[in-house]
Amino acid sequence: MPLADPYLLPMAALLAAIGLTEIYRLGPPSALRQGVWVVIGVGVFAATLIGLRHDYRVLERYKYIFGVVAILLLFMPLAPGIGETINGARLWVHFGSFLQFQPGELGKIALIVFLAAYLREKREVLAQGRLKDWGPLLVIWGGAMLVLFATNDLGSALLYYGIFLAMLYIATARLSFVMVALGLFLVGAYVVGRETPHVQERITDWLTPWSSKPVPCFFSPHPALRQECASYQLVQSLYGIAHGGWIGTGLGRGIVTTAAGTQIVPDQNTDFIYSAIAQEIGLVGAAALLLLYMAFVLRGFQISLAASDGFSKLLAAGLSFGFALQTFVIVGGILRVIPLTGITLPFVSYGGSSVVSNFFLVAGLMLISNRANRDQAATT
Amino acid sequence: MNTQLRHLAVFATVLIAVLIGATTYWQSWAAGGLANRQGNAVQQIVQLEIDRGTIFASNGTRLAWSVPHKKGGLTTFSRKYTADGAFAQALGGLEPYLNNNLTGSNTNLTNTFTQEIDRLGGKTVHGNDVTLTLKPAAQNLAERLLAGRCGAVVAMNPKTGAIYAMASSPTYDPNALLRPNGQKHVGRIGGVGNCGPGTAELNRATEGLYPPGSTFKLVTASAALNTGKFTPYSGFYDPGYCTEYGKRVYNSGNPDAPGQPEAFGNIDFSAALEHSVNAVFCQIGQRIGAASILEYARRYGFYSSPPLDTSSNTISPSGLYKYRKNRGRYLWSPSDPTTQVDVGRLAFGQFNMVVTPLQMALVAATIAHHGSEPKPYLVQKVTAPDGSLVSTTTPSTLGHPISAKTAAELNQMMRLVVQGGTAAGVGFPSSLDVAGKTGTAELGLGNIYDSWFVSFAPANNPQVAVAVIVEKQPNGFGATYAAPIAKAMLENLVHG
Repeated sequence: MPLADPYLLPMAALLAAIGLTEIYRLGPPSALRQGVWVVIGVGVFAATLIGLRHDYRVLERYKYIFGVVAILLLFMPLAPGIGETINGARLWVHFGSFLQFQPGELGKIALIVFLAAYLREKREVLAQGRLKDWGPLLVIWGGAMLVLFATNDLGSALLYYGIFLAMLYIATARLSFVMVALGLFLVGAYVVGRETPHVQERITDWLTPWSSKPVPCFFSPHPALRQECASYQLVQSLYGIAHGGWIGTGLGRGIVTTAAGTQIVPDQNTDFIYSAIAQEIGLVGAAALLLLYMAFVLRGFQISLAASDGFSKLLAAGLSFGFALQTFVIVGGILRVIPLTGITLPFVSYGGSSVVSNFFLVAGLMLISNRANRDQAATT
Repeated sequence: MNTQLRHLAVFATVLIAVLIGATTYWQSWAAGGLANRQGNAVQQIVQLEIDRGTIFASNGTRLAWSVPHKKGGLTTFSRKYTADGAFAQALGGLEPYLNNNLTGSNTNLTNTFTQEIDRLGGKTVHGNDVTLTLKPAAQNLAERLLAGRCGAVVAMNPKTGAIYAMASSPTYDPNALLRPNGQKHVGRIGGVGNCGPGTAELNRATEGLYPPGSTFKLVTASAALNTGKFTPYSGFYDPGYCTEYGKRVYNSGNPDAPGQPEAFGNIDFSAALEHSVNAVFCQIGQRIGAASILEYARRYGFYSSPPLDTSSNTISPSGLYKYRKNRGRYLWSPSDPTTQVDVGRLAFGQFNMVVTPLQMALVAATIAHHGSEPKPYLVQKVTAPDGSLVSTTTPSTLGHPISAKTAAELNQMMRLVVQGGTAAGVGFPSSLDVAGKTGTAELGLGNIYDSWFVSFAPANNPQVAVAVIVEKQPNGFGATYAAPIAKAMLENLVHG
């Protein structure tokens, strides 16, 4: 890959290193496992580069396979026996007791490949707005939404649907489509939100995390203040962030455990890792981390702009925007910008499926940039 | 496609910029508010790691301090208190109120910077030290005099508002509260006799609400004199009773003037206060009206909590209170005082009027201070760990409830109370030149009364104002129980 973007991999490595450092600080055993996952991720990354070194655009031919794979992966946690509900959302599958993963992470990549290929092929006819061309797209979307609502996870729904909308906008240049589709999503989310206690609860926790009177508590027979029950994680994480202040407590000096030694925010190394980082390296460090994400995303869009064919453009844009949106959904959830959903912070959070799928993502972007730069070099 | 790509790139940038903005919000603007939230598990640990400042009495005696404990590279601190209990309730209100000072979180920019550097270097943050106006000798004396009974003493400088003593009985060892089951243990402490258990933590001096009895005649007299409707020489006829709602209220039922004649006949205003004649005050009340009396009460600060520098949870406003089953006890402002208030009884301090000892000390201090009310304070100064001064309290006034002339008249009338009136038998030394007013509040418990004395000395140049309440004493006349305590306090503070 001589002509691939030279910044992406170092930035990904830096993010993974920051993640590993913080995971180590929160609990060394997890850091060892995460280290192994990073090695596996790099292996996957290398294998992808080598496997697709001639022309990654062959993927376009198998678009429906990717579409089906995406749906299967998203459906997987619902399968009896292997599916598992953690923190009210059904996002996990496990094989035996040692291997568990979130198939949605990989499903996201498959979905982006499918959408890039499909939209590249159909963009002209789609832009005309004839209903019959929309069929397969609506089916795929409807299926995806159904699965996601069945898994009770609004954040993932927002992520997948956001990627879909962004790629649709790029392909058709019709903002009106996006607006109509966004409206559909909001209506759907409202209806489902009313029907699903878990989603309802997340929205209430977001709007009023502090209650002045005891409210019914899902894990206790007795009513409790919301900040001591459903929104406990959210508010304690905010207390930690606030404690960090402008320059933070210093790495390892943040307060993450009680005097008794239990974690203040349970499982902080996955969904809430941003909270620990923001406390320990402060606003200065947290802003730097977010700027690193911004730089990564803009690099991705740069690649998309430089690419010469529609599939590459859509794929690069989808991957980059998905990366940005995932960061927004989890960090925004922690910071009470949007309702909280448990998804991972790319490259930083503890979790094998997340690390591996993000290395797929970097490999994809590098393949696209290599080709784009080669084409450019050839024309000049 | 490139146009859309650029739009989307801008949108993605905005999304991440929003996150930077939100992080900034929580780590700067909102940080203070979050730190003060109840149940903040992070701050609970932070507090343990701070070397909380020392609280000193006015003479430098340590009242509350921090003790370090080293465990596995982490230094935490626990709090220790002077064990004698004289300062227990006062410290209970001051610890939360002074939190920002004691943890050093409200200092200037240089200090904040040094602290931040210390924190990054893993060094202990040292809080500021606070020196109070409380005098240990007076405080301990007050606690000793109250021992075995329920009651409170407030002694202050009427010119500056500095509180010299603020004692409440029964009391407890503040260290006991920090021990396992401490709360329960302290909750079982009771007084002797008629005062039940479970109230030791209550600061009776600032939150205890008692019927003022005849000490409230000072407020009624303030209204009567300051409105110009009466002078100390205004004449009255005392038939021995006053007619209220067609029924007679007899002087002979006035526990504040035991052994006095049942009817004085012709008597002037000054002598009526001297002998605490209920019938005369009842007449005055009927002439000037409940609205006027309540207005002067408000001028003295009734109906709002005195602005003392202690936790607002430990201060009650004085005023008319009512009780309703579903609402409990609540401060009541009559919409039409003329019809809703039994003005005759209000005038001599019965009816629904209840007051705190602090409020009555402020009334005495105002009269002593020529009609201008001093702002009470407990914190003399705050010093940084390096000894430099962070802040010091400048005395100020709350207002001028009565004119200097009215104050001078009341001063003289209160001297007569001590020289030849209801407090004549207490044995105040004439050299002390005490001005005072007794109070014996009926509780509806037969001959069990709350015993009051409010006073200041020396009358010609007042240095100390004292209010004393002793709860529920059999035949608990103000002159019998409260006045001797006031005498000891004045002797200690005026000469001390």
